[in-house]
Amino acid sequence: MRDEKDGFWNPEVELMGAEDIRRLQLERLKGVLQRCKNSPFYRRWFRDAGFDPDAVRTLEDLRSLPPMDKDTLRSVEPWEFLTVPREDIVRMHSSSGTTGRATVIFHTWKDIQAWTELGARCLYMTGVRRSDVFQNMMGYGLFTGGLGFHYAAERLGAMVIPSGSGNSKRQIYLMREFGTTVIHVIPSYALYLLDVFREMGLDPRRDTRLRIALVGAEPHTESLRRRLEEAYGFKAYNSYGLSEMSGPGVAFECPFQEGMHVWEDAFILEVLDPRTLEPVPEGEEGELVFTTLHREGMPLLRYRTRDLAFVYPGRCRCGREHRRISRIKGRSDDMFIVKGVNIFPMQVEKVLLETVGVGTNYQIVLDMVGSREEMRVRVEVTDEIWHGDVRELQSLQKRITAALRDEILVTPIVELVEPGSLPKGEGKAVRVVDRRVDLGGE
Amino acid sequence: MAHQLNVFLADRPGRLERLTAVLAERGINIRAITIAGSEGYGVAKLLVDRPEEAQEALHREGFSVHLKDVLAVVMDDRPGGLHAVCAALGKKGVNIEDAYGFVVKDRELAVLVMEVEREPEAEGILREAGFSIMGDQELYGL
Repeated sequence: MRDEKDGFWNPEVELMGAEDIRRLQLERLKGVLQRCKNSPFYRRWFRDAGFDPDAVRTLEDLRSLPPMDKDTLRSVEPWEFLTVPREDIVRMHSSSGTTGRATVIFHTWKDIQAWTELGARCLYMTGVRRSDVFQNMMGYGLFTGGLGFHYAAERLGAMVIPSGSGNSKRQIYLMREFGTTVIHVIPSYALYLLDVFREMGLDPRRDTRLRIALVGAEPHTESLRRRLEEAYGFKAYNSYGLSEMSGPGVAFECPFQEGMHVWEDAFILEVLDPRTLEPVPEGEEGELVFTTLHREGMPLLRYRTRDLAFVYPGRCRCGREHRRISRIKGRSDDMFIVKGVNIFPMQVEKVLLETVGVGTNYQIVLDMVGSREEMRVRVEVTDEIWHGDVRELQSLQKRITAALRDEILVTPIVELVEPGSLPKGEGKAVRVVDRRVDLGGE
Repeated sequence: MAHQLNVFLADRPGRLERLTAVLAERGINIRAITIAGSEGYGVAKLLVDRPEEAQEALHREGFSVHLKDVLAVVMDDRPGGLHAVCAALGKKGVNIEDAYGFVVKDRELAVLVMEVEREPEAEGILREAGFSIMGDQELYGL
C-alpha cells in the first residue's frame, strides 16, 4: 500500500536528485537508441544524419541528431516508426488532422501502462486519492485527453465518471448525484458551466463537493485560473501534454502551482531557440523539444512541439527536482509582427476566452493602410457570448479592444461578425490573414 | 409574456435578405421590425406571429438570435397617447430600454412594444394606471 500522507505516488522517482535524473536519462536513452535500430524510419534517419546510435556517451551527444517535427511524422507511413512487430500494438491515437495527413501514435500494452502510471503520478501530486470521485469531462476517442486520465484515475483507485465532453446539465446532475470531488476539464468549458449553474439556480461552492480541477488542452491565463478557483471553490492545476508525447501527463503542476514539473525520467526536455535550434539559457523562452524515454512502440527523438515556454530557475518547494516549465506562451510557427511587436494568435485566443467567457472563433487580418499597419480582430458573436442586447455588443467590443491592447501592446480594430462566417480550423494559415505583402507588391 | 426576436446582423449586403427569406420560407409573418445599427453590425428586432419557431429556424441557419421578453401596451391612436404611457412609467422611475410603436387601427388603436427593466413591476404600474397589456397570442395574432 502506498502511504497517503507523503503526497508522492512514486517517491523514489519523484524525489530523485537532478544528477540521478540525468544518469537515468542517459541509461534509458541508450536503450531507446538501440531499440530504434528496429525501425525502418530511424535506420534511414540515423544514416542520413550520419548519426551513430552506438557512439552516444553523454546526453549532449543526442544533439548531433536533427530534431523532427509534425512534418517528419507525416512524411512517412506511420508504421515505419515502429520498433516492435505490428501485432504488439494495442492502441492508436491521432491528432485532429484538419490540415494534411493526421499524425498517428501507436502504443504497445507497456506504453499504455507507462502513460497511465505518469497520469496517476500527476493526479496523486495534486492530491487526488482513492476516495475521490473523478468526473472526466474530456472528449473520449482519438483525442488523448479523455482516455489518458481515465485509466490514470482508475489506476490510482478513484471512482471514474466517464462523462465525456458536453451536455452541461447532465454534467452538473452527475456531479451532484455522485458527489464528484475532482474534474478534468478544458478551462473554457469550466467557465461556460458557471453560467449553466447560475441558470439552474445552483452555486458550485455550495451545491457540489468539488475540490480539485485538472485543467488543460487549451491556453489560459493565470487570472482565469484564479477566477475559476474562486467561483468553484476548488484548486485548479495546469496540465501539459500532446498526443505525440502520448497525451496528458507530460508535465503537471504540484500543489505550489509554480510551473509544471516535466517528468524527466520519462522525457528528455530541451528548450531551443526555434531559429538556431541551439539551447537557450535557463529562464529564457524557447521551443520545447522532447525525447521519449519510456515508449517502446513508437519512440520519438528530439520532437519539436512548436510550443514556446521557459524553464523556471531554481528548485521547487515541493522537493521534486524534475524541472518546471511555464505556461505555454505561443507556438513558434504562429508568430507574426505588427508595428515591431511579436504577437501570437494564442494571446488573442486567451484574451477572448478571458473577456467573453467562452472560446469563440476568431480571425486576425493584417493590412497596410498607407504606411500604417492595421490589425483587425474579427470575433464571431455566438449565442453564448451575446444575450440579445444592443448595448451589450458595444460594451463587448470595447472590453475586447482594451484587453487586447493590454495583452499585445497594439490596439486592434475589433470587428463583430456573425457565427459561422469565419473559417474554422487550427493553425496560423486560417487564423491570420496577412494582406500586407500583397498590397505592397509591384 | 410576449416575446420578440433580437438577431445579430453583420453589416454587409444580403444578410437581412437571408433573414427574411428564412421566415418567408416557413410562412412566418412579421408584425413589426426595427433595426439598430452600429459600427459594422446591427441588431434586428422582430415581432412575429410564431416567435419560438422563428428562433429555431434562424438558429439552424446559423444566426445568433435571442427571444426577449417585451411588454406590449395598448394605446389610443391620438395626440398624447404615447405620452400617457411614458408618464405612468416615468413617475415610478422605470426605465424604458428600447421601444417601438405601430398603429393597429388608424386613429383608434396603437401598440407600444417595450423592453423595460423590472418587467413585472412595470406591467403592474401600467395596469394600475388603466392601460391594458396585450397577451402573447393576442399580440402575435394582430
